[in-house]
Amino acid sequence: MSPAKPRALDVDAVIDDPATKIIVCCGSGGVGKTTTSAALALRAAERGRKVVVLTIDPAKRLAQALGLDALSNEPGSVPGLAGDGELEAMMLDMRRTFDDMVHAHSSPDRASTIIANPFYQTISSSFSGTQEYMAMEKLGQLTARGRWDLVVVDTPPSRSALDFLDAPQRMSNFLDGRMIRLLSSPARAGGKGLRKIVGAGFQLFARAVSTILGGQLLADASAFVQAFDTMFGGFRERATKTYDLLRSPGTAFVVVAAPEPDALREAAYFVDRLSGEDMPLAGLVLNRTHPVLAPLSAAKARHAAENAGSSRLAAAVLRLHADRVDLADREERLLSRFVGAHPDVPVARVPAVAGDIADLDGLREVGERLANGGESTPTVPAKVHHL
Amino acid sequence: MVSGKGGTGKTTAAAALALALASGGRRTLLVEVEGRQGIAQVFDTAPLPYEERRIAVAPGGGEVRALAVDVEAALLEYFEMFYRLGMAGRTLRRMGAIEFATTLAPGLRDVLLTGKVKECVSRTEKGRPVYDAVVLDAPPTGRLVTFLDVTKAMSELARTGPIHNQAEGVVGLLHSPRTAVHLVTLLEDLPVTETLETVRELAGADLRVGAVIVNRVREQWLPDRSVAPAANGRVDASRVRAGLASAGLDLPPDVIDGLVAETVEHAVRVASDSAAAARLEAGTRDVARLELPQLLGGVDLGALYELAETLIAQGVGTTVGASA
Repeated sequence: MSPAKPRALDVDAVIDDPATKIIVCCGSGGVGKTTTSAALALRAAERGRKVVVLTIDPAKRLAQALGLDALSNEPGSVPGLAGDGELEAMMLDMRRTFDDMVHAHSSPDRASTIIANPFYQTISSSFSGTQEYMAMEKLGQLTARGRWDLVVVDTPPSRSALDFLDAPQRMSNFLDGRMIRLLSSPARAGGKGLRKIVGAGFQLFARAVSTILGGQLLADASAFVQAFDTMFGGFRERATKTYDLLRSPGTAFVVVAAPEPDALREAAYFVDRLSGEDMPLAGLVLNRTHPVLAPLSAAKARHAAENAGSSRLAAAVLRLHADRVDLADREERLLSRFVGAHPDVPVARVPAVAGDIADLDGLREVGERLANGGESTPTVPAKVHHL
Repeated sequence: MVSGKGGTGKTTAAAALALALASGGRRTLLVEVEGRQGIAQVFDTAPLPYEERRIAVAPGGGEVRALAVDVEAALLEYFEMFYRLGMAGRTLRRMGAIEFATTLAPGLRDVLLTGKVKECVSRTEKGRPVYDAVVLDAPPTGRLVTFLDVTKAMSELARTGPIHNQAEGVVGLLHSPRTAVHLVTLLEDLPVTETLETVRELAGADLRVGAVIVNRVREQWLPDRSVAPAANGRVDASRVRAGLASAGLDLPPDVIDGLVAETVEHAVRVASDSAAAARLEAGTRDVARLELPQLLGGVDLGALYELAETLIAQGVGTTVGASA
């Protein structure tokens, strides 16, 4: 069986299309989502669009390159742009975004009661899923402003690429308070039906939970839910709206993966999920590949290295080339496994840039590679792969 | 304890460590706590249930057992010990009540997990410990110190009750010489920065750092003196061509160009690896170091044994005592 060949992802066609309003870069942690988002945003802006990019936890030098201010939680203009487009960038402050949301949905008094509640402080800083929820909230805000014609979003560095789709729902379920009411006054809440199902077991459980968690925690949680209740409709409605936005035709999902089994497995789950939810997938970016730049087989190179004798340089060149061939073979094997299962997903391979991205030129280089990544192995035609 | 920034390969490192520590007839337990079945993937087996079972035979005899702790099951197990929940337990779980309780108090989750680890470490059979070492594939460095700060977690919970009593024993074990925290890193900017931060945090929390495990160490083929010039794009193509010719390879100019371009990229990467290594060294002078090579073919079961052997060759299993 010949290895499966992917369809080419034409990145420029995606970012140039005025119908593309939102690009969401997703993928598991550590695959280069933030850099990819920034490079796409920069390229789109330099090709004439008005772009804002929402980054999450960018590396220090990338943040500097984008002129990002950690303290603002608002987009700021990126200096040094070429062309007549516009680029603004921001990094997400999840706590600030949550606070703003509380203020926007309640009276000043009630807002300060909520924000002072110890339970709110736990939820807004360490609940797993808050970051995802707030990223989506911020996306909704940026889109609603109508100031930009393209919004590029990075997603939080979770283990699973699916987290950011599920987190808002999980958080809604958690905050809607049924459980808290059940636990703080199990005798009254929950309705007869539920009590009948779990019966005396639930009473015991509730007692056990309050023995372990302590009365104070439950009291705080309960006070929080009461204060939160009236706002909740608004929150849930917003979460639903953002979800709808993600399903609209103006959205393009770009799934980013490193050429590693774990990252590609996550990418595959994600691709399946997007198609199940009718969410528009632009394609897969296979990030940091190591294409072979000289058509010479690994075996031949290693054999010659043995005979290179006095030329240490030539022997080194041959050995590093042989390693590169092995690595590239493995990367292509992993990719063709993905393509075999998802033949319709367009793919762009982005060769690794040696060294860190420290300035806009570095990002431009990544953008260039993204745009050329639809062609298979950039410089060497497959048929002359082995000399 | 084995931790590291996400993506550095901590599960693979933990698995190799468990194999190495089991070599020569010992028995280790490899534990995961994040419900993602990483151990099953590394050992290429079906998903693990919540029970200890043998997963591999170690080099030179000995065995590795594995346990995937399911925190909701652990909490229910706990409630069962003190309250008779009967069938209600399962219903509660389905309703999301258990998840709710652990979400409400994230510390509760951590206390349950470390408590389970302690139970495995202290279990004996005929007066001898069941396990010579317990290796925990711990949460990533970003969450590590919170995870290990059992005292703080307990201060958020009720001041009395069964979990509280057990927690004191856990604190004792974690801060004793029997526990070491190993940190997995790559020779890259962000992982090194996070490793240095975590070493400081652990020292501040009075937890003992074992070794820094540098993972996926790549081969340097160029002689040292050629690295800097090559990284700046200076590779003598005519010398390469002559050298190749003397080795019997007569290659056209565009192939030579390709080889030179690969050599420049290799040199840039070697230079950045060395810079990262120097930064790591400067910040962790008094911490032991272990290295695992990059495996070009990926990590399959055979490769895992290879990694375990490199750890054994670096002294693991001879100098490291029975500890978590």
